[in-house]
Amino acid sequence: MSGAWQRNGYEAVIGLEIHVQLNTASKMFCACPNRYGDEPNTNVCMVCLAHPGALPVANAEAVRQSARVGLALGCRIPAASEFSRKQYFYPDSPKAYQISQYDQPLCAEGSFHVPGEGAFSVRITRAHLEEDAAKMIHAGGDAGRIQGSAGSVVDFNRAGTPLLEIVTEPDLRSPEDARRFLTLLRATVVAIGASDCDMEKGSLRADANVSIRPLGSEEYGTKTELKNMNSFRFLERGIEAELERQLGLVRAGEAVRQETLHFDPATGGLTSLRSKEEAHDYRYFPEPDLLPVAQDPDDLAALAGQLPELPVARFARLTGAGLPEATALLLATEVELAAYYDDLAGRVGDAKVAANWVMGELQAHLNAAGIVADATPVTPERLAGLVALVVAGTINQTSAKEVFQALVEDPAATAAGVVGGRGLAQVGDADELGAIVDRVLADHPDEVAAFRGGREQVVGFLVGQCMKASGGRADAKALQALLRERLTA
Amino acid sequence: MAIDVIGLTAERAAALLRGRACTAEELAQAYLDRIAAVDGEIHSYLHVDPERTLAAAREQDAAGVDGLAGVPIAYKDLLSTRGVPTTAGSRILKGFVPIEDADVVRWGNEAGLVSLGKTNLDEFAMGSSTEHSAYGPTRNPWDPTRVPGGSSGGSAAVVAAGCAPWALGTDTGGSIRQPAAFCGLVGLMPTYGSVSRFGVVAFACSLEQVGPMTLTVRDAALLQQVIARDTDRDATCTGPRAPIEVPEPGRLDGITFGVPRVELEAGVEEGVRARFDESLAIAESLGARLVDVDLPYARHGLAAYYVIAPAEASANLSRFDGVRYGLRVDAPDVRAMYEATRDAGFGAEVKRRIMIGTYALSAGYHDAYYVQAQRVRTLIRRDFDAAFGDVDAILLPTAPSVAFPIGARLDDPLAMYANDIFTLPVNLAGIPALSVPNGLSEGLPTGLQIIGPAHSENLLLRLGAAFEAEHAFDPVPPGLRSAA
Repeated sequence: MSGAWQRNGYEAVIGLEIHVQLNTASKMFCACPNRYGDEPNTNVCMVCLAHPGALPVANAEAVRQSARVGLALGCRIPAASEFSRKQYFYPDSPKAYQISQYDQPLCAEGSFHVPGEGAFSVRITRAHLEEDAAKMIHAGGDAGRIQGSAGSVVDFNRAGTPLLEIVTEPDLRSPEDARRFLTLLRATVVAIGASDCDMEKGSLRADANVSIRPLGSEEYGTKTELKNMNSFRFLERGIEAELERQLGLVRAGEAVRQETLHFDPATGGLTSLRSKEEAHDYRYFPEPDLLPVAQDPDDLAALAGQLPELPVARFARLTGAGLPEATALLLATEVELAAYYDDLAGRVGDAKVAANWVMGELQAHLNAAGIVADATPVTPERLAGLVALVVAGTINQTSAKEVFQALVEDPAATAAGVVGGRGLAQVGDADELGAIVDRVLADHPDEVAAFRGGREQVVGFLVGQCMKASGGRADAKALQALLRERLTA
Repeated sequence: MAIDVIGLTAERAAALLRGRACTAEELAQAYLDRIAAVDGEIHSYLHVDPERTLAAAREQDAAGVDGLAGVPIAYKDLLSTRGVPTTAGSRILKGFVPIEDADVVRWGNEAGLVSLGKTNLDEFAMGSSTEHSAYGPTRNPWDPTRVPGGSSGGSAAVVAAGCAPWALGTDTGGSIRQPAAFCGLVGLMPTYGSVSRFGVVAFACSLEQVGPMTLTVRDAALLQQVIARDTDRDATCTGPRAPIEVPEPGRLDGITFGVPRVELEAGVEEGVRARFDESLAIAESLGARLVDVDLPYARHGLAAYYVIAPAEASANLSRFDGVRYGLRVDAPDVRAMYEATRDAGFGAEVKRRIMIGTYALSAGYHDAYYVQAQRVRTLIRRDFDAAFGDVDAILLPTAPSVAFPIGARLDDPLAMYANDIFTLPVNLAGIPALSVPNGLSEGLPTGLQIIGPAHSENLLLRLGAAFEAEHAFDPVPPGLRSAA
């Protein structure tokens, strides 16, 4: 495995706990809107405020979306699963228990393959459905901590929104693999449409269980749990920092303490939130207000059959079509770009040519504009018109870039229209090119002499001069051939 | 006209309204007058709002009364009422005003029932005497030195005292049936899942149901028709399996009753036992057959109940944390605030059950207590299933005693818990039971409990009507009759 983290005879053992906020219209156990960014405490009712007498009713769409994600992760979906109460007192938990799942989760025992160089698989322990907590804001005191704060306010809009918690086995062996895995998992959930998985908005959150052990050992070392890694980069950096910290402890003859750590991306530091001794006793028991969730095998088979093409399958398809792994991986993980690519490739009829355009001009344009592929005015249809002109030899690469820019700037323009209007059609005609070459050679006698004296590299300068004289429209191949012909005549 | 509300059934009240013998407003006023006259002594209501009640009655008069419209009702203060304080008998909810009605209250409103107010109860329905109310005990209209039973003691007392024609109670371990028995009323604990729990302040979710407390079996059927409905707000509720029918008394030919003789050996008062045996004789005289049934696990019901109910309660009552509503006792930090609020807000019995439940669910004890109690619960359910293979219904006294003196059992929780020995197993099994008046012992009412299989409400009501007709019990306490 190329990506494995191994230092001083120790290897990394990493498992992830991933929270995916589902994008259902309503909350997990009530009819309130499941919406981010609204005025605080507007999307609330007696259920998600835990008024006395309130009862939960499970959101069937959240159950369905969770099953779809589970199927995509290769999970077994048991015929019956059960909600349980997980009890703890904190102001973000209105009932002082979270309705979650304990020993009978919605999805069990899956496996997820990360393809490409250094491919690896991660076993999925389980995926279970639960409700999110409210959001707390602490004023004064330690930043972001209730201890020592002057006052705290709670926004219950997020309370009760549906969360799918995906737990992996400790199968990851490096921070990089953890990032690769999470990237592909995110792409899979996005492809399914169950969540936007926006780490900045918190709709995708990952905690890591990290330990090290001597190479070759079968036993696990003491693990720590890392929280608050709210980007792919922080995930990688946080795990890296924790592995180094544990290695330092072990090499100094000290023991790793089981604890929960908070990663501070600003400083790269890790601070302890609580030790094992302070760990909660959640006093789980089956939720008596809800019936077990029954899954019909026929419904599950239908759900599995209706899943869209998933990133892993797309990667295989694209590498099969001859695309480089890096390109295939990018297209596999970016849903909008992949859809764009598929559309363009279908119109152009050549996977590699389409990939070059998507990875080149289009990506540069999207990055510069800060938009995703389905927001560009240069639709696959318009770009295909441009590609066709290049493939047919009507314009050269230099003109193609100009035409692309024109398509960006004027949504009404077509590639053919721009080429015609600006006279960008390639000059490939031998007479016309010959005249240009003759004029350039006549203007640069020193360079001609140098070439003939053996300095062949001068030809590049002369090609450039000819291209310039043609207004950038010369057929580069024909030009090269003609120039060499004249120089060696 | 002057309306005599003492002993007035809801069915008769509805007939008076439909016959234009009185208006809904006059009827409501008559009950309000009665409450003003006697509730100072009985203390059965926690909240009465005459203006609100009369306005609701006038609304029914204006709409033109039909069916049960305009008939007054009292609600146990465990049922949420929108815009009207709902305390669950607890200091921690003093002044709390719900933003929605409980489903059963909503349906009562839809039927045109006019609320007279909210009735007293043991705090969060935890108790068998209504002495555990944070707002003081309710007295039994049959003998004000005695308890009315509990936890729906307020609902029982208002009906017995003529302060409401009927009332809704809730039953988690006997809380409808035992106070009905102590106050000479009919009380129905419906099949689990046939009545919505939405808006019922939760004590033990897997055990409790809302049910009617009435002067007659027919009234119980009429009120059950109002509240037994499917809902999309309680995932455990599917409504009744068949429409509830209002029964006529008749013979019991072809009916087989099971009598758990072994259970009866356990500490039943002599007078209660004598009345029960008389009812067995009545059953036979009406053509029914009596057979012995064995419920070997039911006698472990008390132990299982006092693990499962507190376990659920410990979680259900965690929401009362001072953060969003209700009592808050300020303190330097959030944990201290929780502790101070809950210490000041909960009474001793509630604290005792939270402690028991928390302990039973704790790591290391969970399997020995909670899981074991659930196993026992399954066995009790099987006991009843097996019995109903042979019999149509099971007969037991509702409670082993008559109403006990106020204060007699307050210092002895186990003696208090033991009063529910015949009712608890029914909640554990999730099946329905009806308590009907069974004559007096020492001048105090006793109850006959008829237990049936799931969704046998129509059978239980029919059987209850037969016993009721034979007993011809006068549900008006003698002292009150003369006072009127």
